[in-house]
Amino acid sequence: MSAHDISLTVNGEAVREAVEPRRTLVDFLREDLGLTGSHVGCEHGVCGACTVRVDGAVVRGCLVLAVQCDGARVETIEGVSDSGAIADLQNAFEKRNALQCGYCTPGMLLAAEELLAAGGTPGREKIREHISGNYCRCTGYEAIVDAIEAVVQARGGRK
Amino acid sequence: MKPRSFDYVRVKSLAEAVIALARHGTEAKIIAGGQSLVPLLNMRMASPAILVDINALAELRGISLEGGSLRIGALVRQAEAEGSVEIAKHAPLIAKALPYIGHFAIRNRGTIGGSIALADPAAELPACLLALGGEVEIEGAKGARTVKADDFFKDLYETALGPGDVLIAIRIPVPSKDMRFGFSELARRHGDFAMAGLAACRDGKSARLAFFGVGSTPLRAKKAEAALAKGSLEEAVAVLDHDLDPPDDIHSSGKVKLHLAKTLLRRIAPELAA
Repeated sequence: MSAHDISLTVNGEAVREAVEPRRTLVDFLREDLGLTGSHVGCEHGVCGACTVRVDGAVVRGCLVLAVQCDGARVETIEGVSDSGAIADLQNAFEKRNALQCGYCTPGMLLAAEELLAAGGTPGREKIREHISGNYCRCTGYEAIVDAIEAVVQARGGRK
Repeated sequence: MKPRSFDYVRVKSLAEAVIALARHGTEAKIIAGGQSLVPLLNMRMASPAILVDINALAELRGISLEGGSLRIGALVRQAEAEGSVEIAKHAPLIAKALPYIGHFAIRNRGTIGGSIALADPAAELPACLLALGGEVEIEGAKGARTVKADDFFKDLYETALGPGDVLIAIRIPVPSKDMRFGFSELARRHGDFAMAGLAACRDGKSARLAFFGVGSTPLRAKKAEAALAKGSLEEAVAVLDHDLDPPDDIHSSGKVKLHLAKTLLRRIAPELAA
């Protein structure tokens, strides 16, 4: 099948590439752009390892096709991390041992940041519900919830 | 896994969508949010020759009050619907059901119309549409038509939609002040497909009960509805034996599902009481 030209911004940089329609967004980011911070896990939308932002909303990178992102604004863990926007969240994860192998961490951070960015002071149950679509096979989640809760408190409901 | 190769067209108008679908027939699949279709592509359980992407169609967006109905465009994302004041006010049953759909990252992308068009037997929105006595607006090669929810869901993943049809919007009758709504489902974990679920509404004596996850389509429990109209919850629970005959699946036996359906009816009965 013929490749389609797409133009989009990835972490603020303009990108123009030709992609096969069957290329998922996460494979495009990893294989074509070398942005390997987004991970490939289940490839059917269950595990959350491939979490990225498209036009400001957190989505599954394995359930969006790259060809659909023509004109879109895509952000990955690399861009969000480099911007310093989630430095407090990253520090909290480190401090609380909220990761071991780290495979789920980029997705977990982006998922958590969406909850934090909505403002308010979500409790542990709300935090658990919000990360329910992101699997961690190491930590048992307790430390992750601790870390997110600490940032909720530290940010004090600020958006 | 990775999908098989397919071609792709992003249509700019509804007319273009209908033409593309007519040209490719059953070889074409519409992609909206893609949250059910892309997993099927990735697992190679679906392998269309071409995807017709309708995401650019502005006429499929928007939520509006028209006459006595709330009209929800097919491309309204589930997350957008969750934040909609109109849906909270005029379709509270849908507002109750939305948080049960997948996870927030799925709802950011998944659409209202996509869920109805796919008609997964364990999905929440088809059951809500059925309970509310809603309608589906369809555009096809032969023009536009409207199909009542009671006639829309035909069999497992089979609806009134033909290969050339595009689901445009759903319409929900605006409820009276006295209308009561109940929604609940049982799943192994939050966000999983329901083992059994119930979307229900009641206006005065008349009740509509739409169970999901217990058959090939969302199912009205009409004998139980009649029993509720007579005011007997116990009878309604008892006659579910005759309304429902759930098949066994990987989660549980049909017998367990029937038990869960009864539990759900008891659980939401207080919400339906005036």
